[in-house]
Amino acid sequence: MSEKILVVFPHPDDEAFGLSGTLAKFVAEGAQVTYACLTLGEMGRALGNPPIANRESLPLIRKEELIASCQAIGIQDLRMLGFMDKTVEFEPKEVVDAAIRSIYEEVKPTLVFTFFPGYSVHPDHDATGASVIRVLQELPAEERPKVLCIGFSHNMVQDNGEPDVSIDITNYLVQKRNAIAAHQSQFQISEMFGNEDIHSEEVKQRFGKEKFWTYSFQ
Amino acid sequence: MIPIQKDAIQKQLDAFANEPLYIHLELTMGAYAAHFDSSKHPAANFIRNAVIQYSQGSIEGHGPYRVGLKLEHGWVYAEGLTHAVEDEDGRIILAGINSEGKLVVAFQLSKQPF
Ligand SMILES: [Zn+2]
Repeated sequence: MSEKILVVFPHPDDEAFGLSGTLAKFVAEGAQVTYACLTLGEMGRALGNPPIANRESLPLIRKEELIASCQAIGIQDLRMLGFMDKTVEFEPKEVVDAAIRSIYEEVKPTLVFTFFPGYSVHPDHDATGASVIRVLQELPAEERPKVLCIGFSHNMVQDNGEPDVSIDITNYLVQKRNAIAAHQSQFQISEMFGNEDIHSEEVKQRFGKEKFWTYSFQ
Repeated sequence: MIPIQKDAIQKQLDAFANEPLYIHLELTMGAYAAHFDSSKHPAANFIRNAVIQYSQGSIEGHGPYRVGLKLEHGWVYAEGLTHAVEDEDGRIILAGINSEGKLVVAFQLSKQPF
């Protein structure tokens, strides 16, 4: 049976770096992917270089970039939840939990991707991961889907060990590159991949694997 | 000023919810930022005695702290807060003080104008 995947992140572009190759691979294998993106990253400082956005146009531009990134990956179902960038941690927990719970109940995923709470640097990342974990913690253990987390704080490996899941995405580097390139107000794609051929050994070495930590519930 | 005690500030924020308040919010890099380091782009702003009302306010983080207030049509946000004033008039007076002892950010709420 192919996976039903729910991805929950707060910012457009969170999907592009950490797991776009993995998602593209699952989609190629028949998975159905729902991506719940909590904000539009509207408080971002990067406006493109030279600027292609301003403080007021940024949300619309980032929304279009998000849609383009999802198309590049093959994500079939994108939900934009309408929270504001930088404010997820200040929302009443029950409000965020309710938004995520309603998508969970509708989708009933077999696999969930989110940020590892407490180890994901940006407060929106931590608050989003914490909400996903709270919602899934409520479920009986036998109903709970597997949760794979991304965490990148300096103490992540020290406290949680090495990631236990590593996905080979060398055949999906084009999708990953295109997903990142879609966020053109945020990144210069050439700075990341250089002018390297996407199929070069160096790019495969640097970007060929995406790694995750399986979340263990108490 | 004393180091922020998170629980005490959260109690004050809860007590101030759902009523009109005067806010002072300020961010400053200092007027000499570019003089000492030409790569710096000096910027500053403040808003003083604007009236706001929030439904939900909280302080987050482990220090420096962040504060967010949810308004009817938007948000107030401040990051980098380290110190608080024990204020006789019950006002919330928070500041972010850098390693040189200088004010970088100020977040203040009061029922009376500052
Ligand atoms: Zn992010």
